[in-house]
Amino acid sequence: MRIEEHPILNFDKKKKIKFFFNGQSVEGYEGDTIASALHAAGVKVLGKSLFLHRPRGFYCAIGNCSSCLMTVNGVANVKTCVTDLEEGMNVEIQEGKGEIV
Amino acid sequence: MKQAELVIIGGGPAGLCAAVSAARSGAKVLIIERNKDLGGQLLKQTHMFFGSEKQYASLRGIDIPAILISELEKYKERVEIIKEATVVGVFEDGVITVLEKEENYFKIAPKALVLATGAYEKYLSFPNNDLPGIYGAGAVQTLMNVHGVKPGNKVLMVGAGNIGLIVSYQLMQAGVKVEAILDAAPKIGGYLVHASKVRRMGVPILTSHTVKEAIGKEELEKAVISQVDEKFSPIEGSEKTLDVDVMCISVGLTPLNELLAMRGCKMKYIPQLGGLVPLRNENYETSVENLFVAGDATGVEEASAAMVEGFLAGLCAAEKIGYRLDNFEEMKNDYLKQLEELRSGPAGKHILSGIEQIVL
Repeated sequence: MRIEEHPILNFDKKKKIKFFFNGQSVEGYEGDTIASALHAAGVKVLGKSLFLHRPRGFYCAIGNCSSCLMTVNGVANVKTCVTDLEEGMNVEIQEGKGEIV
Repeated sequence: MKQAELVIIGGGPAGLCAAVSAARSGAKVLIIERNKDLGGQLLKQTHMFFGSEKQYASLRGIDIPAILISELEKYKERVEIIKEATVVGVFEDGVITVLEKEENYFKIAPKALVLATGAYEKYLSFPNNDLPGIYGAGAVQTLMNVHGVKPGNKVLMVGAGNIGLIVSYQLMQAGVKVEAILDAAPKIGGYLVHASKVRRMGVPILTSHTVKEAIGKEELEKAVISQVDEKFSPIEGSEKTLDVDVMCISVGLTPLNELLAMRGCKMKYIPQLGGLVPLRNENYETSVENLFVAGDATGVEEASAAMVEGFLAGLCAAEKIGYRLDNFEEMKNDYLKQLEELRSGPAGKHILSGIEQIVL
């Protein structure tokens, strides 16, 4: 769900960026973070909580709360709300604490 | 180890103004900013600011960083900026440790520090408050105004302070429906000018109301709200279920104070200022010599106050390490006067009752 029209801001579509979410191809735009691109694509659940495995989305969107941690290109615990989306990124829902590579 | 004169932690409104002020005084300044861009939360403020011209009133927040950055460029020979870098430690010997781009870890020994780390959004306790779809109001503002993405279709705004009211209006500007704004207090906390604006657009503001629970399996699907009595206890039988896929929590901010506490600054819990804040003198120097603070980290207020505090702390920190402007006293008194004016309204009274408990 992208904003199409806005009285103050101009969101002209920028360059498309293709990436993978749990193996599926998804599209975002230049200027997106991983979390904003996923949200625009309808993905709100970014992870599972450590013990009760409850769904987790972002909460603060500015890199404070760590509610948006995902595995990106094999690296666990990436703050997806402040990490720029890049072409071909492999983004996955993280189960548990993640593994150190 | 890198040597530095004045290190400013945080490149938001307070930090940028501290940098301008200190560099103008003649100090060499190093700004360390966590994000890619300077400006902090100004980058998502599409509304016009109040205050006076000196605090960039009647400009939109999003347009202020460029002004401050061009001001900084006047002194570029003594300004260094490190972005995408997080200060992870402030130690007793004055050394700070920095992690740049998640890979480059180094130490800096500055003569003085200005901490302008800002604040973060508070949570609210209710069953299922962790469901995706429940976001900080500021988070939704970032999603919309920075990234151009709608948070969902129907929003419940929890909190009728200025952030709650402003973000509600901005949600409507983005084409998103706001079902209701609620607040546990019997009165609207934010400015009436903001409240009237959203009311005119047909959004009900429900005072003496709270969220009883969120409902949803994987994501937020519904919210149950209820009226509260004068003791803020839910009134049985007054529950209503709203069909919303987004809930914004706008119940205030709390200072990002970890580095101050780590360094051993004397801290005090002051509800009027949003939480645990450092004690500080009139110059915004904490109980630790040469460690200054500015902005929301020293007590949550508006960006206008954060900017003036930044100018003041930068001026005084530079003076402390030997860069005293000829008109130092005049400048300092002007900043103090501006702060006094900004805090002269009814909201200011509340803030001042907190500040008087932390001034050394």
